[in-house]
Amino acid sequence: MATYQEFIQQAEERDGVRFSWNVWPSSRLEATRMVVPLGCLFTPLKERPDLPPIQYDPVLCGRPTCRAILNPLCQVDYRAKLWACNFCFQRNPFPPQYRAISEQHQPAELIPQFSTIEYTLTRATSTPPIYLIVLDTCMDEEDLQALKESLQMSLSLLPPNALVGLITFGRMVQVHELGCEGCSKSYVFRGTKDLTAKQIQEMLGIGRMAGQQQRAPQQQQQQQQQQPMNRFLQPVHKCDMSLTDLLGELQRDPWPVGAGKRPLRSTGVALSIAVGLLECTYPNTGARIMLFVGGPGTQGPGMVIGDELKIPIRSHHDIEKDNVKFMRKAIKHYEGLSKRAAETGHVIDLFSCALDQTGLHEMKSVTNNTGGHLVMGDSFNTALFKQTFQRVFSKDVKTEFKMAFGALLEVKTSRELKVSGAIGPCVSTNMKSASVSDTEIGMGGSCQWKFCGLYPNTTVGLFFEVVNQHSAPIPQGGRGCVQFITQYQHSSGQRRVRVTTLARNWADAATNIQHIAAGFDQEAAAVLMARIAVHRAENEEGSDVLRWLDRMLIRLCQKFGDYHKDDPNSFRFSDTFSLYPQFMFHLRRSQFLQVFNNSPDETCYYRHMLMREDLTQSLIMVQPILYAYSFNGPPEVRTDRILLMDTFFQLLIFRGDTIATWRKAGYHNQAEHENFRQLLNAPSDDAQEILQTRFPMPRYIECDQEGSQARFLLSRVNPSQTHNNMYAWGTDGGAPVLTDDVSLQVFMDHLKKLAVSSSS
Amino acid sequence: MYNPQAGQSMGYGQPPGGQNYGPPPVSGHSMGYQQQQQSMNQYGTPFSGKPAMGQPPPSKAPMGGYNAGPPPPTGQPMHGQQNQNGPYTNSGGPSSQGQQYYGQQQQQRVPTSIPNQRLPQAQYGVPPASSQPSRGPAPSQLPTQMSELSISGQPPLPTGQQQMRGPPPPSNTSQAPNAYAGYSTNQPYSQGAVPSSNAPGHWAATSQHQSMGPPPTNMGPQPTSMGQAPASMAPPSMAGPPSSMSGPPSMGPPPSGGAYMGTQQVGPPSGHMGQPGMSGPPSSGPPMAGGVTPGYGYQQTGAGMVGPGSTPPSPGMGGGMPAGAAMSMGSAGMAASHAGMMQQPQTQAPQRRLDPDQMPSPIQVIEDDRRTHGNQPFTTNQRGQVPPLVTTDFRVVDQGNCSPRFVRATVYNIPCTQDMLKQSQVPLGLVITPFAEVKPNESSPPVVDNGANGPIRCNRCKAYMCPYMQFIDGGRRFQCNFCNCITEVPPEFFQHLDHMGRRLDYYDRPELSLGSYEFVATTDYCKNNKLPNPPAFIFMIDVTYNSVKNGMVPLLCHQLHNLLERLPKETDQEESSIRVGFVTYDKTLHFYNLNGALAQPQMLVVSDINDVFMPLLDGFLVKLSEAKLVIDSLLEQIPVMFRDTRETETMLGPVIEAGLAALKAADCAGKIFIFHSSLPIAEAPGRLKNRDDRKLLGSDKEKLVLQPQTTYYSKVAQNCVAAGCSVDMFLFPNAYLDLATIGQVCTITGGQCFKYNYFTAASDGERFLFDLTRDIERPIAFDAIMRVRTSTGIRPTSFHGNLYMSNTTDVELASIDCDKAIDVEIKHDDKLQEESGAFIQIALLYTTIRGQRRLRIHNLSLNCCNQMADMFRSCEMDSILNLIAKQSLDQVIHATPKAIREVIINQCATILTCYRKNCASPSSPGQLILPECMKLLPLYSNSLIKSDALSGGSDITTDDRSWLMQSVNAMDVASSHVYFYPRLLPLHNLDLEATNLPVSTRCTVDKLQEDGVYLLENGISMYIWIGLHVNPDWVQNVFSVQSPAQIDIDSGKLLQLDNPTSIRVRGIVEQVRKERQRYMKLTFVRQRDTLEPWFKHFLCEDKGFNGGASYVDYLCHMHKEIRNMLN
Repeated sequence: MATYQEFIQQAEERDGVRFSWNVWPSSRLEATRMVVPLGCLFTPLKERPDLPPIQYDPVLCGRPTCRAILNPLCQVDYRAKLWACNFCFQRNPFPPQYRAISEQHQPAELIPQFSTIEYTLTRATSTPPIYLIVLDTCMDEEDLQALKESLQMSLSLLPPNALVGLITFGRMVQVHELGCEGCSKSYVFRGTKDLTAKQIQEMLGIGRMAGQQQRAPQQQQQQQQQQPMNRFLQPVHKCDMSLTDLLGELQRDPWPVGAGKRPLRSTGVALSIAVGLLECTYPNTGARIMLFVGGPGTQGPGMVIGDELKIPIRSHHDIEKDNVKFMRKAIKHYEGLSKRAAETGHVIDLFSCALDQTGLHEMKSVTNNTGGHLVMGDSFNTALFKQTFQRVFSKDVKTEFKMAFGALLEVKTSRELKVSGAIGPCVSTNMKSASVSDTEIGMGGSCQWKFCGLYPNTTVGLFFEVVNQHSAPIPQGGRGCVQFITQYQHSSGQRRVRVTTLARNWADAATNIQHIAAGFDQEAAAVLMARIAVHRAENEEGSDVLRWLDRMLIRLCQKFGDYHKDDPNSFRFSDTFSLYPQFMFHLRRSQFLQVFNNSPDETCYYRHMLMREDLTQSLIMVQPILYAYSFNGPPEVRTDRILLMDTFFQLLIFRGDTIATWRKAGYHNQAEHENFRQLLNAPSDDAQEILQTRFPMPRYIECDQEGSQARFLLSRVNPSQTHNNMYAWGTDGGAPVLTDDVSLQVFMDHLKKLAVSSSS
Repeated sequence: MYNPQAGQSMGYGQPPGGQNYGPPPVSGHSMGYQQQQQSMNQYGTPFSGKPAMGQPPPSKAPMGGYNAGPPPPTGQPMHGQQNQNGPYTNSGGPSSQGQQYYGQQQQQRVPTSIPNQRLPQAQYGVPPASSQPSRGPAPSQLPTQMSELSISGQPPLPTGQQQMRGPPPPSNTSQAPNAYAGYSTNQPYSQGAVPSSNAPGHWAATSQHQSMGPPPTNMGPQPTSMGQAPASMAPPSMAGPPSSMSGPPSMGPPPSGGAYMGTQQVGPPSGHMGQPGMSGPPSSGPPMAGGVTPGYGYQQTGAGMVGPGSTPPSPGMGGGMPAGAAMSMGSAGMAASHAGMMQQPQTQAPQRRLDPDQMPSPIQVIEDDRRTHGNQPFTTNQRGQVPPLVTTDFRVVDQGNCSPRFVRATVYNIPCTQDMLKQSQVPLGLVITPFAEVKPNESSPPVVDNGANGPIRCNRCKAYMCPYMQFIDGGRRFQCNFCNCITEVPPEFFQHLDHMGRRLDYYDRPELSLGSYEFVATTDYCKNNKLPNPPAFIFMIDVTYNSVKNGMVPLLCHQLHNLLERLPKETDQEESSIRVGFVTYDKTLHFYNLNGALAQPQMLVVSDINDVFMPLLDGFLVKLSEAKLVIDSLLEQIPVMFRDTRETETMLGPVIEAGLAALKAADCAGKIFIFHSSLPIAEAPGRLKNRDDRKLLGSDKEKLVLQPQTTYYSKVAQNCVAAGCSVDMFLFPNAYLDLATIGQVCTITGGQCFKYNYFTAASDGERFLFDLTRDIERPIAFDAIMRVRTSTGIRPTSFHGNLYMSNTTDVELASIDCDKAIDVEIKHDDKLQEESGAFIQIALLYTTIRGQRRLRIHNLSLNCCNQMADMFRSCEMDSILNLIAKQSLDQVIHATPKAIREVIINQCATILTCYRKNCASPSSPGQLILPECMKLLPLYSNSLIKSDALSGGSDITTDDRSWLMQSVNAMDVASSHVYFYPRLLPLHNLDLEATNLPVSTRCTVDKLQEDGVYLLENGISMYIWIGLHVNPDWVQNVFSVQSPAQIDIDSGKLLQLDNPTSIRVRGIVEQVRKERQRYMKLTFVRQRDTLEPWFKHFLCEDKGFNGGASYVDYLCHMHKEIRNMLN
């Protein structure tokens, strides 16, 4: 293994893991002095087409408190047919089917290259996935039409045995029965009334089934079990015709909307009914509730805003001033729902398309806790939504849906290490074990987390605490181990278990700090810090979080920087740390922590994405990528360049004035300016490539310098040249960015000053 | 009970084992029967072996013991008066005596038995001299006259008979109190029977007497044959020479002067007394003083019970009286009777008999009125004019007072003071049918549009402009005839007066010249000052297992789209403005979106029944023309969708709430039609318990089952009223569904209940559809408020009918249609002036079927009087009955049945006593003198007391009882009249050429001939009774079988045969049905079949099921009461 860089890359490729520290400080005290916590970004379902198909159950450690899974790090006594658990050191006999084991003849799970391995549990029954569409009908005719078409199209993307259901809502909530002949049938609920799960089930005539089943003899039982499914959730192949018709006939919510009023939209109740419906019919079965909203909930539980248009929907400012009438109640309502859905392993997706906010801020928990998608757009009648929605049903190389359901991620650690929490699109199951730390970061107090929806790129931040006391040094060459066990329902319906087992070296920080520093993964650290910061920002004042970030950065600089006291100019950072301050600079300015100019909905959308994407994507979000296309020169805002900026959420092509003028003049259409045409097309082509793969589809913007859309770019670039300093900096043709933010240069200078200051 | 399922299902024929609510077998059996069984069992009387009246058990006796009730093969009457055939009637006495019973007929037939005939004759003691004067006036010809009918007690003769019978005379008298006790003690009338068992001989005697006594009045012709006083008898009461009036000493000139023509007396007391002596058997006792007479009434009672000639001691009463009841009366009654016996002997003996034919006959009255008024215009130009009877066909010409079809007063001459009215006890009130249908040759109230300012009204009392407003000051101001306030005439309304002080435009403006007219209302008269939307009809159909199974849902859905073509519209409309909507329900509610743009209807299920709401807005209520296809498709789908339903539990409260919510959402008034089949026991608002206990009916505890078990429905109903939502229910119960509770919704919202017990589409479908059709198409007004304004001095105090009042003056009616009547009681709060009269204005603000807001005004002017006689002369008996009935029904849930009966009896007695005291010329107390206008009061009040609505006992179901109570509560005068005195039409001797209905027969079994066929109808159901000896040709013609025994009495339908008899009979049935608001179910009753007792209980001149007195008995009792009061 050559460099840490390569090691890190390999670990990521093989195991989907990026640790902030790849060499671990061996005592608790030292670990806390590392400033950046020991943690990792783990992608449980990282696409691994190369994994062998293993059709048997994993072998577990026999100690009831351990139950770790046999892995390549275990010591194996081939003669005695024993293996020693590398977490609890229990010696376990191999099960009978392993009796043929030998050094030459090893099961896959013992082969070192399979530190990540996947078992397919053959005994578990496989069930088809379930899709419950919850559709807002209070929207423009155009939007609704587009949405209906998208939905109709999606039916063809679903596996034929998938079950689908439809709930529509506006002022009322309608649960449609599918497959009725002659007279379409739906159950209607008042949108203002919060119903308990039991009530909903009774009203839908599905709650009773349980009672009847108990009494009924076996045969009837089966019929009865069919019943609820047959009425509201039907296999696609049976009902796609009627569902297509039903969607086709779907009208906008007919209740009149007075002048100066918002339509009455019962989002909260609709979702509650959807959750209730699945909860009792298909608990612990993979299911997605796909909620489409075209505006804020305006009545009933979970309402975000009243129907008076003259009262605008809350802003960050209002929230800060605690001037939000419905927010707290709504948040509580949706949190309750998200917990119920998470409990039964159902995913809730939220597709929100409206020009104004729709209350994502209140509803965010339903997607965050269940691993659902959150998509925000301006209109359902846009490519952004249509493509994104289509991409929900995209397939991998094995033509399997890129979605998994009801996943449980369990973390096992060796004794010196405990897990203190996770930050990601999951909920804690509050599973206690010896690996659970007392200190919490993110969702702690558990060694297991539930991801109702899991995708190949879903990445969770996991945080660890070194608990080894300074007084009990770890022998040289000792390694700490972590095992991630992910059980999930594959999109094919199979139950699978993926096991990733890792080990890292311990190092004594007192003597080998340079080893530890060398093992620092600044990218992972930046993203983990970003997750912590965002997680804290959800509950704390934004300024506190920024201050905390700054403090952490300064402390890191103090700890690992090379400098003379009180001499800023002497400050040097090693390569492994050098980019970290820049990431922090951008993180501080980013929309994740700066709410100014963003609505609460946008903020929550951005944060949502940061919490689930893998490291690369997260870094793009934190520090946008800027490509420059020109005949020469560096990427700056200049008139003779084309810039392509990727902020993850937006993909922006910015044509400098000169380029724009040329383009308007039509040079690219002239044969003699072929090179100009190529220049012009280069960024678009690159953009298309990104657009093809990213979920959700980024907002794609092409703009010219001075165009209004250029603001997206100008708000994110490093304001190295602003109206404050443009005259000082000069005349190299760069255009100023109008902002009060400091530039990276200023930030760095200041940082150095603080880092070297002896007083701080 | 009223609408039992199958034709024969009156159900006496069912084996006792039948379950009350079991599924209706084809043959059907009614609860009534079972009730009977139960009660019998209760009393432990084995019915089986005991033929009533000692007659041989009927040969066929298909139904075992119970059959005892109906007459034996010979048709022996239960009540003694009737049987001509009675060879064995007088088993205890000489046969000759038996013949005495039969009054005239008998005479005619057996002229030879003169001595015996004389005997009764003598009893009546109509001496020639006295009788002559009595006949004098022809009251009915002279409307202003009073006629009195006196039935004089006949003292002495009894002795003779007693001798024959053996038992000492006094015993007869002694019985009487007992018998009457029946009224007052709430014991079955049959009490009288008790003694009989003790002293059979004595009873025989009684019956003998009884049989003797045809009352004189009507008997005119017979006496002549006696040779006694030919001259006097000759003229029938009407025909008597007027001059004779003055003659009789008893006839004092009426105090008020000539207008008041004499009373008609039959047999002045003295004469009376004398007569019997003469004619009586020589050995008979001394002539009795008139004063003693009271005794006789009792005897009659007793006699009536036992039946003529039914000498055998067996107490087994006929007429469906459970014998057990009689037995169980206990010793108290007996003791009383014995006590009575002890006392009476000295006073003794006035044993006489009334001939039923001599008693005032409604048939006579009706026919007389027809003769006088029939087919003539009735011009309403006079104050206090008494209109023709409701049974008379007449044409109204509105000349300032409203048509009697709209408003009938109980009294057209109001006493000026409260004291007078109180003394007389005559109920003062109005029966208002504001939207009554007018005859084709009469004009509907014209519509007046007074423009943007709305109708002209009195400033003070807000009365509307009417013909009685007095214009003064050259027409610049007018004085209100109600409150005398003077109001400026608005300039646009000004008109000059002519020399009479009348406006020149008098004839141009309906509001100045007519009794009834309508104003177009302005927005001031609308809710929220907004003109209303056209109303809507919502059909809400129960689709639980029962409703689907019995065929109601398929039938209804199949027919409904035809019926919808009949939605009411105004004459100038192409299409009805009424919108329709549909809901089905079981434990959930299913609304339907019928938007015409849809390819198929959409069902929207609302399961949140605790908080019902309207799930859709557009498309629920649609105009027929806009969504015809979708509606048709829906009606096709509903039976299919629910064909296999297993749901048996249903609800009702949320259904009503849903209908209400729908109308509210559409912001319109309307009516919801609920088609419902069972007790709402599902867990939902308005859930009810089954608390049925029909044994309570008739007892002091009956109100426990007759009052609502929860206030939920009345609250819902009040909400409905506020929103102008009226509720009609069509009920198809197989079991108790607590109509007392759920029916409230209908009564409060101005709706109506239709009930089809054990409904099957095959047998009841036609009736149901007819009723539904009528309910859909009949003229109706929505969201109405009625206000009755009266002259100062009187005011309306209470209101009866299907209505709601949130304050004391405004009658709120979610809807009111042409069949619904509202009774208003009026009280004095000051004196009235004789010269100015009294005015009444009924103003009804409502929404028309096309959504116009209008005011309908009815004006009525009445006279005022200071003389009792004036008042008695202008009473409207049928309206009085209607009002008393409704007042009494109101009491059912407050007072005991006994108390209610006593009130009625007392009121009746007081009225008659008052008349006797104040208006009749001095005469012997032994005479029963009745005012001409109210001579039917005893009969009618007795019918009322006996009616199922008021005193239906355990032989009908609780629901039937409630249903009848609610039905009567909304009845107009015509309906109540026929309900309390059913119409009995002979069908066997029809004039095949005629097209009108045959003259009806009195409602007594005495009038049923064995060779006859009769149609009986009371507006609710109808029966054809077929005598066993009816002419086979007739049977062949009508039923296409050889003999009555072969007639399929279960069919309930008349065959369509092409012969004059069949056509005529069917024609009559049709015509009768057409006259009534409901489609009356037709039931065939063969003489002596199991159904006969049920049939007979409609014969209200006879004794009733539950101890109701016969007419004769009642009249006698009344006589006694009157005398007691006089004394």
